[in-house]
Amino acid sequence: MSLMAEPSATGRFGEFGGRFVPETLVPACEELEAAFIEAWADPVFRADLDHVLRTYAGRPSILTECKQLGAKLGLRLVLKREDLNHTGSHKINNVLGQALLAKRMGKKRLVAETGAGQHGVASATAAALFGMECKVYMGAVDVERQALNVFRMKLLGSEVEAVHSGSRTLKDAVNEAMRDWVATVETTHYCLGSVMGPHPYPWMVREFHRVIGQEARAQCIEEFGDVPDVVVACVGGGSNAIGIFSGFVDDRSRLVGVEPAGGAAVSRAQPGVVHGMRSYLMQDEYGQVQEAHSISAGLDYPGVGPEHSYLASIGRAEYPNVTDTEVIAAFQLMARTEGIIPALECAHAVAWIVRAAPTMQGQTVLMNLSGRGDKDVAQMMDVLSK
Amino acid sequence: MSTAPNTPYGVMETEFRAKRAVGRKLLVPYITGGYPGWQDAVRACAAAGADAIEIGIPFSDPVMDGPIIQQASQAALEGGATPVSILHEVRSLDVSVPIAVMLYYNTVHHAGHERFAAQLRSAGVVAAIVPDLPLEESGPWCAAADAAGIETVMLAAPTAPDERLPRVAARSRGFLYSVGLLGVTGERTELAATAAALAVRLKAVTDVPVLIGVGVSNAAQAKEAVQVADGVVMGASVVRRLIEGGADAVGEYIAEVRRAIDE
Repeated sequence: MSLMAEPSATGRFGEFGGRFVPETLVPACEELEAAFIEAWADPVFRADLDHVLRTYAGRPSILTECKQLGAKLGLRLVLKREDLNHTGSHKINNVLGQALLAKRMGKKRLVAETGAGQHGVASATAAALFGMECKVYMGAVDVERQALNVFRMKLLGSEVEAVHSGSRTLKDAVNEAMRDWVATVETTHYCLGSVMGPHPYPWMVREFHRVIGQEARAQCIEEFGDVPDVVVACVGGGSNAIGIFSGFVDDRSRLVGVEPAGGAAVSRAQPGVVHGMRSYLMQDEYGQVQEAHSISAGLDYPGVGPEHSYLASIGRAEYPNVTDTEVIAAFQLMARTEGIIPALECAHAVAWIVRAAPTMQGQTVLMNLSGRGDKDVAQMMDVLSK
Repeated sequence: MSTAPNTPYGVMETEFRAKRAVGRKLLVPYITGGYPGWQDAVRACAAAGADAIEIGIPFSDPVMDGPIIQQASQAALEGGATPVSILHEVRSLDVSVPIAVMLYYNTVHHAGHERFAAQLRSAGVVAAIVPDLPLEESGPWCAAADAAGIETVMLAAPTAPDERLPRVAARSRGFLYSVGLLGVTGERTELAATAAALAVRLKAVTDVPVLIGVGVSNAAQAKEAVQVADGVVMGASVVRRLIEGGADAVGEYIAEVRRAIDE
């Protein structure tokens, strides 16, 4: 059996996961779970999703070998180009799946949280495509540092609400989206953007991103005749990492999820319960959730998806972290050597590869380039002018 | 065991059943622990005719709470309140009505179930409400709470199918919290139609006292709610008065609600 099989009946990956939600949402989570199981087994749903992924999102995404950077680092560096998907990141895979499912369930409205804005943009895009209403919650701090994405969401016809509570970042946007859902659950689907939250989300979102790993594995075998030695992705909630890991979890490949130093939930290895799940969580001595700090809004999250906690706890994947300074350097390095501006989130993965390169000489390293850096250009202009 | 003498129920449920038997409607105000003046507000509630008082232990991410209680929670946390400091202060409250706490599950999970139940008991708390711990996840906490004599109040929501309600009711101790509307805590201009409808459904399947909470926003709405329910929990409207007018304003308000539901 695959290490990434279905979770238990209570939504557990080992001791992580579960469904810790207000009573009001329990029937909605049960309904969603049943609808997903039914749809996922239905060839018509699968064909519809596959069609929209190919003809709208632009799948399959290609592999690109980074010859210059690879030579510089002494390894073969290969990128899975999720940045080339429509809307500029992997987020569209999950959103198209959830929006199709929501429509099938008769829901007319989507709510979503967003950090960097990539999931918000993808949700707004799907809502426009399928004729649904959409409201996106975004921390006030992120609204400021990702102004371009805020405008994109509005242009796509979605409402964007700045969240001023708590740390005013991704964690608080999740809280506010959940509060909205508690009040509107009968007509609204919560389009959660990562492999987190209450069961069935961590599992369902993983299945929608499994396509990344499936494609990547077949492409690697075809182009290099083997699976990569190392598979690397950045981790906030961890959806792009789960997607690419899913293709290689039962192979010999080493799996590496890179967290920001200021949001290193897995390194601290302390289980907690927030946002509907039991997982590793940054918290103080009384269980108050701590604020994450990262240069990238998309990784500014104090928790991590429960399956990552599981993979870490059994030693199948490792979760190092990198500093903002390393990330800024890596962001520029990839732009200059390869002509690719990575999202700041992905620059975390690049930064770790640069750091760990001396120990990976001659190896094939597959990195999920989960998003493009256009959204980060204004912020980096500011950072680099200082 | 803190089971009251000669009944199979805990302290709060025994009192609530006895009061219900003589026709008294139950009034449970909510006060955010750690907010400036909260202890005086609790005493004012007790003096003004509350039947029990629910003390909120602030959490960083209160997903069931609307703006007023979020604001009070955040202010309490910024003022340095912790579960330990609040429970320490509960011990010295010296009020004659049962004290319940409302908290989010990570507070319990982080401390450890048995340890936290023991902390509640030694603080003189008799009941706990954990709004993000639904029936399916409640086993470990309920076992620890039962063993320590802490009554765990379950919430029932308007979205629940009929078959679910008896199961939720069967696991509830103290009283059964009938969630008044689809939404988070906060004041509304009218009592939602769902409030009475759910209370009626619950009364049909359980003899545990049924109290409506979430969205019961003034004396008139409380009076309307107790036409079908055994009582009410009032949160945001109480906390707003604490924020705007302090403990005296809270006491006056609870006395007004008391008069309305006793009429």
